[in-house]
Amino acid sequence: MTGALQRFLPLIVTTAVLVVGFLICAAQFPNFASWRVVGNLLTDNAFLGITAVGMTFVILSGGIDLSVGAVIGFTTVLLAVLIEHGGWHPVPAFAVALVVAGAFGAAMGGVIHVFRMPPFIVTLAGMFIARGLGFVLTTDSIPINHPLYGELNDMALRFDFGLKLSLPALLMLGVVLAAVVLAHWTRFGANLYALGGNRQSAELMGVPVGRTTVAVYGLSGLLAGLAGIVFSLYTGAGYSLAATGVELDTITAVVIGGTQLTGGYGYVVGTFVGVLIQGLIQTYITFDGTLSSWWTKIAIGVLLFVFILLQKGLLTVWAGRGGEPAEA
Amino acid sequence: MMLSAPGPSRNLPQYGALLVVLLANWLLFPDFFAIRLQDGRLFGSLIDVLNRGAPVALLAIGMTMVIATRGVDLSVGAVMAISGAVAATMTGAGWGLPAVLAASLAAGLLCGLWNGLLVAVLRIQPIIATLILMVAGRGIAQLITEGQIVTFTSPALAFIGGGSFLTVPMPVVLTILVLAVTALLVRATALGLMIEAVGINRLSSAGAGVNTPVVLVAVYVWCGLCAAVAGLIVTADIRGADANNAGLWLELDAILAVVVGGTSLLGGRFGLVLSVVGALIIQAMNTGILLSGFKPEFNLIVKAGVLMVVLLLQSPTLTLFLPRPKGARPMGAVKPPVAPPPVAPKSGGAKP
Amino acid sequence: MTASTTPPSAPLLAIRGLSKAFLGVQALDGVDFTLRHGEIHALLGENGAGKSTLIKTLTGVYQRDGGTVALEGREIAPRGVEEAQRLHIGTVYQEVNLLPNLSVAENLFLGRQPMRWGLVDRGAMRRRARAILMPYGLSIDVTAPLGRFSVATQQIVAIARAVDMSAKVLILDEPTASLDAQEVAVLFKVMRTLRSRGIGIVFVTHFLDQVYEVCDSITVLRNGRLVGERRTDELPRFDLVAMMLGRELEAAAHRIDIGPAEVDSRPPLASFKGFGKSRSVAPFDLEIRPGEVVALAGLLGSGRTETVRLVFGMDRADQGEATVDGRPVRLKGPRDAVRLGFGFCPEDRKKEGIVGELSVRENIILALQARQGWLKPIPRRRQEEIADRFIRLLDIRTPDAERPIQLLSGGNQQKALLARWLATEPRLLILDEPTRGIDVGAHAEIIRLIERLCADGMALLVVSSELEEIVAYSRRVVVLRDRRHVAELRGGEVSVERIVAAIASETPNTEVRQ
Repeated sequence: MTGALQRFLPLIVTTAVLVVGFLICAAQFPNFASWRVVGNLLTDNAFLGITAVGMTFVILSGGIDLSVGAVIGFTTVLLAVLIEHGGWHPVPAFAVALVVAGAFGAAMGGVIHVFRMPPFIVTLAGMFIARGLGFVLTTDSIPINHPLYGELNDMALRFDFGLKLSLPALLMLGVVLAAVVLAHWTRFGANLYALGGNRQSAELMGVPVGRTTVAVYGLSGLLAGLAGIVFSLYTGAGYSLAATGVELDTITAVVIGGTQLTGGYGYVVGTFVGVLIQGLIQTYITFDGTLSSWWTKIAIGVLLFVFILLQKGLLTVWAGRGGEPAEA
Repeated sequence: MMLSAPGPSRNLPQYGALLVVLLANWLLFPDFFAIRLQDGRLFGSLIDVLNRGAPVALLAIGMTMVIATRGVDLSVGAVMAISGAVAATMTGAGWGLPAVLAASLAAGLLCGLWNGLLVAVLRIQPIIATLILMVAGRGIAQLITEGQIVTFTSPALAFIGGGSFLTVPMPVVLTILVLAVTALLVRATALGLMIEAVGINRLSSAGAGVNTPVVLVAVYVWCGLCAAVAGLIVTADIRGADANNAGLWLELDAILAVVVGGTSLLGGRFGLVLSVVGALIIQAMNTGILLSGFKPEFNLIVKAGVLMVVLLLQSPTLTLFLPRPKGARPMGAVKPPVAPPPVAPKSGGAKP
Repeated sequence: MTASTTPPSAPLLAIRGLSKAFLGVQALDGVDFTLRHGEIHALLGENGAGKSTLIKTLTGVYQRDGGTVALEGREIAPRGVEEAQRLHIGTVYQEVNLLPNLSVAENLFLGRQPMRWGLVDRGAMRRRARAILMPYGLSIDVTAPLGRFSVATQQIVAIARAVDMSAKVLILDEPTASLDAQEVAVLFKVMRTLRSRGIGIVFVTHFLDQVYEVCDSITVLRNGRLVGERRTDELPRFDLVAMMLGRELEAAAHRIDIGPAEVDSRPPLASFKGFGKSRSVAPFDLEIRPGEVVALAGLLGSGRTETVRLVFGMDRADQGEATVDGRPVRLKGPRDAVRLGFGFCPEDRKKEGIVGELSVRENIILALQARQGWLKPIPRRRQEEIADRFIRLLDIRTPDAERPIQLLSGGNQQKALLARWLATEPRLLILDEPTRGIDVGAHAEIIRLIERLCADGMALLVVSSELEEIVAYSRRVVVLRDRRHVAELRGGEVSVERIVAAIASETPNTEVRQ
């Protein structure tokens, strides 16, 4: 079974980092190993996790989406404007936001496919556009006071043993589960991996390249829209500067999660673990109190470097069973 | 089609665009070209464009050469923050200007070296390799400033941002200086040729004996140095280092400036002056939007529009139908589908 | 899965008068090709013969200009690889066109996965994948990524996919190019099994031994035309090579016998002992003396290009040693070779030779500049002098030296590449197919140039498919077959007949091992 071991090695290493990290935290801080901390970890990182799932799909297909943070920001503003200024009920506002975000992503996918432009630059322009549109709607931070927001925020799944899963956490878990099914139990998922493996071969084997490209960016936009809804629930406001830099955090989570940035290899679950590792580092620093916030960035940078090296090593010495990779 | 290096006629679109933007500003704001001398320093909107455009112009100079090798450097904004943090912190600790400048530039050089080694030796894709420093760099900058916005009062360092030399603001002087040194470095040596050769065809260049790893490391190091100078200017200008916000998103502006300047993201021929012109076009639009009373936020949409137009002009799908001196080179890593032998490229096609 | 075993009267595949032109160049000119049920049919020809055009026209990548293609008597005209597959024509290429990152099972079923309740039934996919691979003698972990397996295994998976998607005609395009002897044996077993099931196989290869081992019949193309179709057992090797190379052997040009020259007694400039690289070219010994043209002759894919790439360090040898001027040297990359005074004009000019967007001048001075280092730029005026001198000397047709080299014709690009190396005054110049794809005038000029350089004391190592050319300028010819050096002809021994005979000779030991 060394084959399977090797295949899942990045995932195993990532999970090991999370577990070891959690144990270190638990050993250091007496209150750490509690269901409350776990619940908060899931809630606080829900919007990041949902976005990262979309990013995973895009990266698996051999692309990248720099617009997700801006789309989240735009969505929160759109919701705030519709609900507070337009007097809409949140539910139709949610629907509109999802449609707009999805269509925005699909449009970028279309441009990438039709004009054969690098995804990096197209989604960069998308990022400018989405942020700009948000700014055009309003530059203020608008609080959303609709009663439904309070109700949704109070909604939670409570377990007897003490775990409380908030609505955002549940949404994220649901998205991750659905994404796993999509990646491994549908033809679309197989097509994504095929596209990321080798575009030309995929085309020769009958993968609908154009449709898949549009769909994957559309999906990423849609999930960024959903993350925007979660973010607006979480912060109770709409702000066009919300979620700046989230595209970087999600890309980092995807890489730490063991997905090849060049596409074709990786797992959604790994991304989920990658998001949790980032959250864990943040939680550790909050718990510590004396450690400064910048260590988060440095630690994540180091993790990023180690995992990129690990990927590189795995690709080049694929055959030979090397020594155990150093833990970060 | 590709607007490449020397020959003024080919560069008309860039200069024309700059002129159009400036004229538009003038129409909106008749005093736009008014320049006055005050306390031995020039003032006016036009000077303001030059002054504020300096950091992006500096980044664009370094970025141009990186992009010419078919790479990209996402870390320049973070490197700016690091060099600014080094300068402010050391000045605060009482070091003299020479030591401060040397240390800041050395920090930029080290960052560039790191990126270059990842790209040239470990052969990691440039976007990914420089992403590491983009993420960690701000943390490092904050580590240096210990999370504070470090302010200083040293007039010597502040001079770099706010002073003037022969009535010209120092940022403009420094940009011109860096531009001149860079141009000298690449055009008076064979480095420029090697950079273009590596960017166009790495395999052929290596086969001709070009030391490709050294060329790659060199461009990333230089890009780091340029970013360090930009970081110094920004820090000196605000008399403080803000590790969180110094140079934030400027890497994107720098890439945009290079693209507007006509250097292809696919590498090859590059024009340093044109990239600076690109940076000025962006800054002039910025100023124009501010002057015309629009919200500054419109800037982003305008930038996106400019980016898309320039890229569409370069898109292989569109240029397929136009006569084009470049061989039909596919965009990005995408190989063209199996097709009959390509048509022998037609001659001519310089942009009007 | 569907191949019927009762052979109907119509041939499986009948191509008649197939024509295809690209921009006025006739790539296929009225070619006939017939494939019968349960037959392995070799499609042979040298570069530009039209093999790949024939295959691509057959699989719908290109649309034919004229002629008919009939499958079991029914006319077909596929418009793409997919449609060809639906029409029962499957293709497997040398670089396996599957996806190394997907599992074996996913590769077999991409786009036609078994579904249950709207989801992919992974269990059924695995089971069916194992069942499909069973007849091929492959019992592998079908959930492992395809890229983890050897090229041979990947090829068999590709064949299995094509056959399972109901192929009656299977086109194997150089499947054995990167296989070792054992893997080839496995592949041949699979091919024979498929033949016994009535499937017709078109087999493209450069290895004559393999043709005689596994093929029932042979069709030879040359310059887009049909040379002939023969039963394998009725066609001696020598005749086959002659058909491929298009020699009227009795009329072949004879060189004036100058006898073994005295240069042989001089110490070699460069010598290679046991030099080789596994899966690329078998270890060889080679000596090159100043003022000598050593030619490498052989069919396409016989290891000629591989040999010169090792000599120049473009690929790194994994065995043997190299000495220059009697001193051992390391050839880790082209830079080492350039420092030793080597120059190399590669076969693939576009990909590895020219720097397309740079000017003719810049391309010409690039190697010289690289050797001097970037700190010592060649002054612009000197660059122009060098460029102008070579443009005149080699008669490079360009309006001026500032024209991007990619706008020049192939022959002029080739001459500019020659100029790039001549500017460095190399001691050993390596030319891989220097006259390929260039017009007749330039052709003759390059030959004259080679002779002149040799007379000036430069050593040349030349790969060429043009035997007359080789005979005209070379006193020493190394003949390669199946990736090994099989013969060396010197002085008076050099003749077209002898080269052809050496190419066609049987491998003395049947055990070809890498």
